[in-house]
Amino acid sequence: MTNILKIKNETVPKFPKHVRFKYNEPRKEWVILAPERLVKPDEIAVEILKLVDGRKSVKEISNELSGKFNAPEDVILKDVTNMLQELADKGFILE
Amino acid sequence: MKKENGLKRASDYGIKAPLALLAELSHRCPLQCPYCSNPVQLEKKTGELTTEEWKSVVDQAVEMGMHQIHLSGGEPTVRHDLEEIVEHCSKKGLYTNLITSGVLLNPDRLEKLEKFGLEHVQISFQDTESENADRIGGYKGGHAKKLEVAKWVRDVDIPLTCNCVVHRQNIDNLENFIKMALDLDAERVEIAQVQYYGWALKNRAAFIPTPKQLDHATEIVEKARIDLKGKLVIDYVIPDYYAKHPKNCMGGWGRRFLNMNPKGFVLPCHAAETIPHLKFDNVREHSLKWIWENSEAFNLYRGTDWMPEPCKSCDRKEIDWGGCRCQAMALTGDAKNTDPACSISPLHNEIFSMAEEESKTAPPEFIYRRYGVRFNSPI
Repeated sequence: MTNILKIKNETVPKFPKHVRFKYNEPRKEWVILAPERLVKPDEIAVEILKLVDGRKSVKEISNELSGKFNAPEDVILKDVTNMLQELADKGFILE
Repeated sequence: MKKENGLKRASDYGIKAPLALLAELSHRCPLQCPYCSNPVQLEKKTGELTTEEWKSVVDQAVEMGMHQIHLSGGEPTVRHDLEEIVEHCSKKGLYTNLITSGVLLNPDRLEKLEKFGLEHVQISFQDTESENADRIGGYKGGHAKKLEVAKWVRDVDIPLTCNCVVHRQNIDNLENFIKMALDLDAERVEIAQVQYYGWALKNRAAFIPTPKQLDHATEIVEKARIDLKGKLVIDYVIPDYYAKHPKNCMGGWGRRFLNMNPKGFVLPCHAAETIPHLKFDNVREHSLKWIWENSEAFNLYRGTDWMPEPCKSCDRKEIDWGGCRCQAMALTGDAKNTDPACSISPLHNEIFSMAEEESKTAPPEFIYRRYGVRFNSPI
């Protein structure tokens, strides 16, 4: 039992133990799985979630994506924060 | 492409592989809950699928692209090969969930299950007070044991859901159910009102809440959801008799899920055997993939072609999918009819008033879930 996480630049996000983010080969899609829950993240969310490893901070994730997609870091940081906050609100992301 | 029997198949409807498999490993269970979701004709131990057969089912489920497996029963822990099955599911990458009464578990088994990759455990609770909980479950000492087992589950760090089945004989403890889930460090609580099929339908008069009880319960849940946001996920199922629209049962017949019974028969839902004319295919004779695509029991009520009025011309027909076929069968005698839970069903008012009347009279004795119970009335 945890309080709701507020995603900040220095937050190091991770998946809780009961949440799995995985690639389903036969379906060719990424999914987030939790008890009786199944979420299909969009392409951008997938790129973000692939970097969620319990070691990188939100800032570091944004920095990496900004390089990879050649996009302004402040825009990416905002997208990453919003997306992770949405998942944290549903209990899919912890610190 | 049409088959000889004239039925279209899964792919003709654009239906992809199912998302999850509900695996009833056994119908044996030490509890006797009078609202059990198992069929009234319970399968005996003889003829249950073997360990190797379950492993093959798991392999096929993964190849088809299924995401999750729910190991259920009866009581799945009566099987001594549960650990081996869990290990196999996990190795193959299925999200593995155990749905159990808990009473047969011990710390040693839980430690093994955690090690083998079990992702989640759901323990059922009959009430928050031992005396009433044990009376409902028909198992002395059950509640105390469940509390102990829930602690062991968290001790080995397996995430926990408390499955709380509520009805008029325990609904006044709803706040205590939520408190219990918090105290047990569950990350999720399921508040599920009894759904009236099979055993529960036979005991409906003992369980159906009054509309007032239901409204009060809904208020409590809505408040708790706000207060506990981020701390506890609360899933809530109301009795569909009191809903305006029927539930889109199983996300539509044969669209998203499949259920396997202990002997390997593949069903569109756990109650499908209550529809007498359905013929089910078995994984001992066909592959899971073949059954999903071709089994007549699945194809009969796929899509919307089979629907009579008022479903046929309803603009919600691809939202509700006509509601629940098993409930239509049980309450109208024809599985094709609109689920009477729907306010548009011509039988809705009659059945709703009957249930409401039952909710206001003294509850009858339970008919406990047991092997070999005989019934006189068709319902």
